[in-house]
Amino acid sequence: MITFSLNGKKQSVDLSPDTPLLWVLRDHLHLTGTKFGCGEGLCGACTVHIDGRAERSCITPLSEVQGKKVTTIEGIAENHPVKKAWLADEVSQCGYCQPGQIMSAVALMKEKPHPTDADIDSAMSGNLCRCGTYVRIRRAIHTAATGGKGGKRS
Amino acid sequence: MTNVILVSRRVFLGTVFSAGAFVLCARLHPFQAVGALVADNPQAAWYPGVYLGIEPSGTVIIIAHRSEMGTGIRTALPMVAADELDADWSRVKIEQAIGDPKYGDQNTDGSKSIRDFYEALRDVGATGRLMLEHAAAATWKVAGSECRADHHRVVHLPSGRSLGFGELVAAAARQPVPAPGELRFKKPSEYRYVGTGVPIVDLAAICTGTAVFGYDTRLPGMLYASIERSPVLGGTLKSCDDREARKVKGVKKVVVMEPAKPPYAFQALGGVAVVADSTWAARQGRSKLKVQWEPGANGTYESENYRKSLQETARKPQKVVRNIGDVDAGFTRAVAIHEAEYYAPHLAHAAMEPPAAVANYKNGKVEAWVATQNPQAVQDAVAKALGIATKDVTCHVTLLGGGFGRKSKPDYAVEAAVLSKKVGKPVKVAWSREDDIQFDYYHSVAAMYLKAGTDGSGRPIAWLQRSVFPPIGSTFDASARYGGDNELGQGWVDVPFAIPNMRAENGPAQNHVRIGWLRSVANVYHAFAVQSFVDELAAEASRDRIEYFLDLLGPARIIDFGAEGTKFVNSGKPLDQYPLDTGRLRRVVEVVADRSGWGKGAPAKGRALGFAAHRSFLTYVAAVADLEVDNAGKIRIHRVDVAVDAGLVVHPERVKAQFEGAAVFAASIALMGEITAAGGQIQQSNFHDYPVARMGDAPLETRVHLIPSSERPTGVGEPGVPPVVAAICNAVFAATGKRIRHLPISKNKLA
Repeated sequence: MITFSLNGKKQSVDLSPDTPLLWVLRDHLHLTGTKFGCGEGLCGACTVHIDGRAERSCITPLSEVQGKKVTTIEGIAENHPVKKAWLADEVSQCGYCQPGQIMSAVALMKEKPHPTDADIDSAMSGNLCRCGTYVRIRRAIHTAATGGKGGKRS
Repeated sequence: MTNVILVSRRVFLGTVFSAGAFVLCARLHPFQAVGALVADNPQAAWYPGVYLGIEPSGTVIIIAHRSEMGTGIRTALPMVAADELDADWSRVKIEQAIGDPKYGDQNTDGSKSIRDFYEALRDVGATGRLMLEHAAAATWKVAGSECRADHHRVVHLPSGRSLGFGELVAAAARQPVPAPGELRFKKPSEYRYVGTGVPIVDLAAICTGTAVFGYDTRLPGMLYASIERSPVLGGTLKSCDDREARKVKGVKKVVVMEPAKPPYAFQALGGVAVVADSTWAARQGRSKLKVQWEPGANGTYESENYRKSLQETARKPQKVVRNIGDVDAGFTRAVAIHEAEYYAPHLAHAAMEPPAAVANYKNGKVEAWVATQNPQAVQDAVAKALGIATKDVTCHVTLLGGGFGRKSKPDYAVEAAVLSKKVGKPVKVAWSREDDIQFDYYHSVAAMYLKAGTDGSGRPIAWLQRSVFPPIGSTFDASARYGGDNELGQGWVDVPFAIPNMRAENGPAQNHVRIGWLRSVANVYHAFAVQSFVDELAAEASRDRIEYFLDLLGPARIIDFGAEGTKFVNSGKPLDQYPLDTGRLRRVVEVVADRSGWGKGAPAKGRALGFAAHRSFLTYVAAVADLEVDNAGKIRIHRVDVAVDAGLVVHPERVKAQFEGAAVFAASIALMGEITAAGGQIQQSNFHDYPVARMGDAPLETRVHLIPSSERPTGVGEPGVPPVVAAICNAVFAATGKRIRHLPISKNKLA
């Protein structure tokens, strides 16, 4: 039995400890906001926070989260500045990668509340978006950093 | 003009509209007989295409019959109807249609949703508005001309009294349906939403993780399958030892699936499926299978050899698909001859959500939930595979985590249905990334040969272009070798230059993998070759690229393909309605030159602008890429400017997003995209060896310049890609002097 905090609540799971956290969340706990994209930690669609850090849940075995705090997209507050910026700048196209993008952006902004373009490139380079929303992701992060003033529609 | 009719709810699935709802549909196919249109005849053979209804509560329900894969179509088309109805968008509810021919065409590809359905949605909205106004007039016993819909209410203008849409539903349903000629459409200044747009309806759900994609579907008692397939197309199973796989906790069954036979179309490929109680158990089980395959005839497929054979074919005379003047005589008169060969590799779609479907076979019927661009193709393919009637397959359409053409090919839904029948439970088939990269319907590999004979000024007097690629047709007809009319109409027979002697040819090629359409399709490699070649000729002539392009384009004119005897399918639309107008192409070129700062000189060493312009999906696009190549040969794209004439723009924000995204998709193709085969097996498997553009590879900024227009709306999802690919390549030449004739650029040494 592995026990951890999931979005602020105690969660116990009786599964093989090598099961990737992604599938625990999706198939067993039915939290499907965390997406499968590659299974190899290459695309960032499965990004969650483990003790506040952005991690790829598809390559994180369940055993690694024992006693830790796991946050998924479902656990990000409705009024979080990053979420609000994502809405304001209409970032999403298909939307599949966006939960992972938001999780990476939230983690970035916790460390660097006013990230530069280079900070954004570096923090977000692990999150793929095939629709190509990168320009707006960058804009939304700046929007969130400036309390909603940085975003502009081109 | 479409024909709008009143619908009895008996005709409709009772679950969407409540009793007493007022429901209209727009019939897209031509009238068959007026008698077939009576409201209460559920047997009438209509193909209405779109539905709009108003509930007694006032809620307006609009059926979205096209698939949402990121274009915003689930928002944009309903928005057109809501605006003409003068509805309050906050009281509009969107329902996703299941697959059903009564909706008309549902295959969401070819950049045609707005193009083909804008008018129908407008008509249905305007009809509803007029009937509500008539209903109010009848209620108040006043003249209809005194009543005006205004933001979800109808107002009696002289007295100022008003009734809400919901209050008028019963009376509206009793009004005769106005004839098309009676409809009054809003003036652009009256639009609330069209031309400005509203946020996509799924935005909040996406940002909270509650939006449901194909990968997210779950049914009670559902099992999960992972399928080991022949690594070579057409290979057969030699042996399978599943003992270790069966020992994995959670594995329920191992099922051998029949191999598909050519033509592969949308058949399940076949293989060995491990069925388990979770995704992870199924994948673990699959990894423990010991399977041997007989590769079959396609085991000889080697990309390097294949490239050479395509290029050999392209060097010899081939089937003529367009001929103007006398090209050979032109070459003999030319002052100089310039030749070039271009090559573009296979590409995989690699949508962020790999193919996924859930199917439940029960009592001879299938209910499926599929991330699909084409639910009717799901019905057809599943019905064919299981030997049941198409009407016995229900296909629910989920959100799609990207599509790009891959998800209009429903082989994965067939897999789920076949397996559900075999195991007697609902089955989810969710492909891994490796499955997705290795078993795609690949964008075609292509070789192009171009030759120009120029006069003393460097302008071509004769122009020859030859392309060779395994056609998409080979997926549906195993004997197909030549490009189809669609592929040849995508930037090949429609090269718009004013050159007196032109010939286009196409040579044969046999496919060894499934070939399919990918965003922008043949336009990608055709525009790469043609637009690069123009850049080469301009360089030879030491002329400004854009000025030279406009010279080749010649005076503004409508190209008369009929008169020149060229078969040009024009994205399936008549040329009299959607002519190829070189004046519109010229305009976008002039706009992009102006807005991009073209001709102002290089800002830094190793940094330069590149240009290309291309009409596809009826839309005129010109692009300028501003990029920098550092000493190590690494490319940073600073900015992309695109000027777009897509006719009337319904949702400018989403249209801009499509072109922003196209610039990134183009960056992936230009810089890094390549699928290769060895021994018939695809050599790439995931994003480490099939990279796609990351944030740092994408343009730092993309500026989309929309040309204001009231012409018929045209496509926007695809036409941004081809000119940006070519503009990037031309910018690399401008920055480094290295000409890109072989995609991707990563195959070329720049430093």
